[in-house]
Amino acid sequence: MSNVTDLTVAEIRDGFRAGNFTAREVAEGFNANVAAAKALNAFIVETPDHALAAADAADAARASGDLKPLSGVPIGMKDLFCTNGVQTTAASHILEGFIPTYESTVSGKLWDAGAGMLGKLNLDQFAMGSSNETSFFGNVISPWKRNDGGNASLAPGGSSGGSASAISARLCPAATGTDTGGSIRQPAAFVGISGIKPTYGRCSRWGVVAFASSLDQAGPMARTVRDNAILLEAMTGFDPKDSTSLDLPVPAWEAGLSSNLKGKRIGIPKEYRVDGMPAEIDALWEKGIAFLKDAGAEIMEVSLPHTKYALPTYYIIAPAEASSNLARYDGVRFGLRDLPDGANLQDMYAATRAAGFGPEVKRRIMIGTYVLSAGFYDAYYTQAQKVRTLISRDFDRAWESCDLLLTPTAPSAAFALGEKQADPLAMYLNDVFTVPASLAGLPAMSVPGGLDAQGLPLGLQIIGKALDEQSVLNAALAIEERAGFTARPDKWW
Amino acid sequence: MTESTYRIHGATGDWEVVIGLEVHAQITSNAKLFSGAATAFGAEPNTQVSLVDAAMPGMLPAPNRECIRQAVRTGMAIEAQINKYSRFDRKNYFYADLPQGYQISQLYHPIVGEGQITVTLDEKHPNSATKTIGVERIHVEQDAGKLMHDQHPTRSYVDLNRSGVALMEIVSKPDMRSPVEAGAYVRKLRSILRYVGSCDGNMEEGSMRADVNVSVRKPGEEFGTRTETKNVNSVRFVMAVIEHEANRQVDVLEAGGKIVQETRLYDPDKNETRSMRSKEDAHDYRYFPDPDLLPLELDDAFLAECRASLPELPDAKRTRYETELGLSAYNAATLTAEVETTRWFESLVSESARAQGKSESDVARAAANWLLSELFGALNRLGKDLETSPVSPAQGAELLALVADGTLSGTLAKQVFEIMLETGDAAGKIVEEKGLKQTSDTGAIEEAAAKVIADNADKVEQYRGGKEALFGFFVGQTMKAMGGKANPKVVNEILKKALG
Repeated sequence: MSNVTDLTVAEIRDGFRAGNFTAREVAEGFNANVAAAKALNAFIVETPDHALAAADAADAARASGDLKPLSGVPIGMKDLFCTNGVQTTAASHILEGFIPTYESTVSGKLWDAGAGMLGKLNLDQFAMGSSNETSFFGNVISPWKRNDGGNASLAPGGSSGGSASAISARLCPAATGTDTGGSIRQPAAFVGISGIKPTYGRCSRWGVVAFASSLDQAGPMARTVRDNAILLEAMTGFDPKDSTSLDLPVPAWEAGLSSNLKGKRIGIPKEYRVDGMPAEIDALWEKGIAFLKDAGAEIMEVSLPHTKYALPTYYIIAPAEASSNLARYDGVRFGLRDLPDGANLQDMYAATRAAGFGPEVKRRIMIGTYVLSAGFYDAYYTQAQKVRTLISRDFDRAWESCDLLLTPTAPSAAFALGEKQADPLAMYLNDVFTVPASLAGLPAMSVPGGLDAQGLPLGLQIIGKALDEQSVLNAALAIEERAGFTARPDKWW
Repeated sequence: MTESTYRIHGATGDWEVVIGLEVHAQITSNAKLFSGAATAFGAEPNTQVSLVDAAMPGMLPAPNRECIRQAVRTGMAIEAQINKYSRFDRKNYFYADLPQGYQISQLYHPIVGEGQITVTLDEKHPNSATKTIGVERIHVEQDAGKLMHDQHPTRSYVDLNRSGVALMEIVSKPDMRSPVEAGAYVRKLRSILRYVGSCDGNMEEGSMRADVNVSVRKPGEEFGTRTETKNVNSVRFVMAVIEHEANRQVDVLEAGGKIVQETRLYDPDKNETRSMRSKEDAHDYRYFPDPDLLPLELDDAFLAECRASLPELPDAKRTRYETELGLSAYNAATLTAEVETTRWFESLVSESARAQGKSESDVARAAANWLLSELFGALNRLGKDLETSPVSPAQGAELLALVADGTLSGTLAKQVFEIMLETGDAAGKIVEEKGLKQTSDTGAIEEAAAKVIADNADKVEQYRGGKEALFGFFVGQTMKAMGGKANPKVVNEILKKALG
C-alpha cells in the first residue's frame, strides 16, 4: 500500500475491513496531511483526537465484528454544522468561540455511522460567497495552480471551499458541504472533485447554521461518485425536528450505482448557453454529451424559458430569508457581544452586528431587509416567489420529455483570489447554472469533466427529478468512467 | 339583538364608541408551540427553555400538534370557519426578549377564519338582550420572553420561560359599542375557552390578555381613527380602558384636535392610558412566510377528531338545563357561566339521580337550588370556591337524598350541612351519630300536637274563628316540641286533622 491518504472512501472502508490497514493508520495519515497543509487554510479547527477516537472505536469494532457503514473513514466537517463540544463559527467573527452543546442531525448521523472528524472546514461567512473570500478566518486557497508559470493563488470556490480544497489536497477523503445556490457543486467543479446536493428535504437542516432556509441543503463532497453515494446514504433520512425534512426511506444508492444509461433521456437546456461563456466550457459540455450518448442515453434539446430570471430571483429570496435568519446573532445569548460603555440595547445590537458580520453578510442582510420592507415586499419578494414557481414549472415541463439535464457546473474555471472581489455582481454570476436547481429543490451533482487549457478542472452538472438521486449519480458515474479524470494538484503547500 | 344606547355626552352632542378586541389566550399545552420545552407558570427563570426557544444557531421550529388541535377546537366552538390550509409567517423585530429576532405568527393565512360569539348583555338577567359579536380570525403565534429590570442597578435580565409558548390571538370585529358589551364578550370568550379546555383563562397569570381598540364617532358616521391599548389583563380594566379612552378621544376631537393612530398603555393605578408609540414610528415588521415551516394542511380525520372532542358548550348547555332539566332561566345561566360550576353541578345531579334511583330531570331542580343557595352561600362565607370545597358532589348528593326520602327536613338538612362543612363527614354518618333524623312517628307527633292545642286554647279559638294564619304557629310549636325532628308534612296533616 502506497499511501492511505490517496485512497477513496470506498477503498478505505473496504481495505480497512479486509484488514489491509488499521483505522488508526488512516486517521494518523490524514491528521498528518491536515497538519502539514496550513497554507491552504482549509480548516478553522483541527480535531485530530476526534478522528483518532473514532478510528480506535472502528479498530475495536472490527475486532468484535461490529462494523458500521463508515467505520474507519475520517472526514472533514464544514463549519456550518453544529458539533457538540467543538467550536462552530460559520466562518464568522460573530460566532467565534461558540461551542454548541448539541450535534447537528447530519453530523450526528455520520458519527453514528462510524465516521471520524478531522476538523471543521473553512467556508464563506454564513455560506455567503462563491470564492471563500468572505471567511472571517481568511480565505481558503485552492491546491490547484494555473499551468501558465504564474503563481496566482486560486479560489477553491464557495461556499464549501474548505471542503473542496481539503479533499482535492488529500487532507480528507470526503467532507460535508452545504448548498444554497451552488455551494457544493461550484467548489467541487473548481477543484476537480464530485459533490451532490440532494433533493431539498433529504438532509435534515437541524443543527446547521441557517443561511436561506428554503434553499439550504447539505450534501457530500468526495473524489468519486461512489464515495458520494456512500456518504449520502449516511447523511440523509427523516428528522422530525426539521419540518421540511422528507419522511421517506433512504435508498440504497451505492448498491444502485450503474453507468448503463440505456433508456435514459438527457435534456440539454438551450438557455444555459449564455453569452460570453468560454469556448472551453462549451467544448466540455459537448464532451459530456458524447460521454452520456456513449453510455446509452438519448440526448435532446429542452427549454427552461425562465432560466434568465433564476439569478435575480435567488438574490431576492436568499437574502430575504438570511436577513431574518441572522437576526438571532444579537449579542444577547451567545457569540460576540460588543457592549460599549453606557450603551443601551439598540447600541449593543448595532455594535455587535457591525463588528461581528463581514461585508458580504451585511450586504445580504441589507438587501434582504430592503426586499421585505413595507412598500417593496410585493414588488420583490412576492414577485420572486412567483418566478420561483415558474422556474420549478420549467423543470416539470422538461421532465415530460427527459429524465435528466446536463449542463456545465460553472461558467468558468477557478478564478484567482481577489479577481472578482471588487464586483459582487460578477461573483454572483458564478452561480448562474447552479441556482435554478436550488430554487426548484432538485437533486444536482457536479462531476469533473476535464481540464481547461490552463490545466484547471472543469465540472459538468447533472440535474435530476425530485427524489431521483439515483439517476443523477448514475449519469455522473457514466461521465466519471469516460472522463478518466485523474489529474491532481501538485503539492506546493 | 339590540342596538347599544351607550353614548359619550360631549359638548357637541352624543358620541358612539366603537370597540374591537384582540385577545391573546395562552393555549393549554404541556409543551411550547414549536419546541418540546415545558410551560409551567411561575417556574424559576430560564428553566423552561429549550435550544429552540433560545434560538441557538441551527435550531428549527417543529409545530406542536396539540397546540394546533386546541386552536382548531376553539374555532369550532365559536362556529368559525376552519382553514384547512394555513401558514406561519415571521414578524421581524429586534428585542432582547425575542431570541429569534422574529415572532412566528400567522398574518396572511390564519388557521381560523370568521366566527361569532353571542353575549347576554345583562348577565344578572338571563333573558335580557343578547348581541352577536363577530370574530374576524384566530391565529396561533409564539409568546415572547420577559425582561426583568429590577435585578441589577444598570442591567436588565432576560427570562425566556415564556419564549415560544403558544398563544391564540382571537381578533373580534369592531362590533362592540359599550364597555358592558366588551366586558360581556371577554367573559363569554373566557367561558368558552375554559369549556373547550384550550386556555385556562387565568388573566392574573397572563394566560389571557387583551389589546383594546377604541374609536369614537357621531352615530351613523364613518369609523373614527382608533387607538390600541396593549396588554390589558382583566375584564374590569378592559371596561375602564374603553371608558377612559373614549372620553379622552371625545375631549380631543371636541377641542378641535385629531386622534392619532397609536399604541397606548394602560396604567391601572392612575386609571389612564398613555401613548406608547405612534404609527409613524411603528416597526416595519417585514412579515414573510416562515421558510422553516411547511404550510399547515389539516385533513378531514383530524378535523373530525377535533369536532368529536368538543364538549357541550355554554349556550347549548343552558338551553338544555331549561328544557330538559326544568331549571329556571336564571339558574341555568348561573350554572353554565363557569365550566367548574357546570361540572360540579352535573356531577351532583348524576350522583343524586343514582342515590335516589330517579331520573336526572327529577333531581336537578333541588340540586340546582341547593348548589346555588346553600353551597355557594357556605363557600362564600368560608372564602372558598368549588375547587376547594370541603364537600364533594357525592356528599352533596347523599345529603339531598336524605332530604328527598324524608329522613331530613329542610331545617335538619341545613344543620347536617354545617357539620359536613366543619368535619367533612358524610351526611348519613352525621344523621346517625347526632340523631338528627326527622321522625314520621305519628303517635309521638299526635301527642305533641295535642299538647300544643291544649296549652293554647285561646289561639285554637281564634284559628277556628277564621284566623288561618295561626296554623303556622301550631306547626312551629309542634316542631319545637319535637326538637325539630318531626317530618313537617306529617305535622301538617296531624294538625289539620286535630284543628278541624
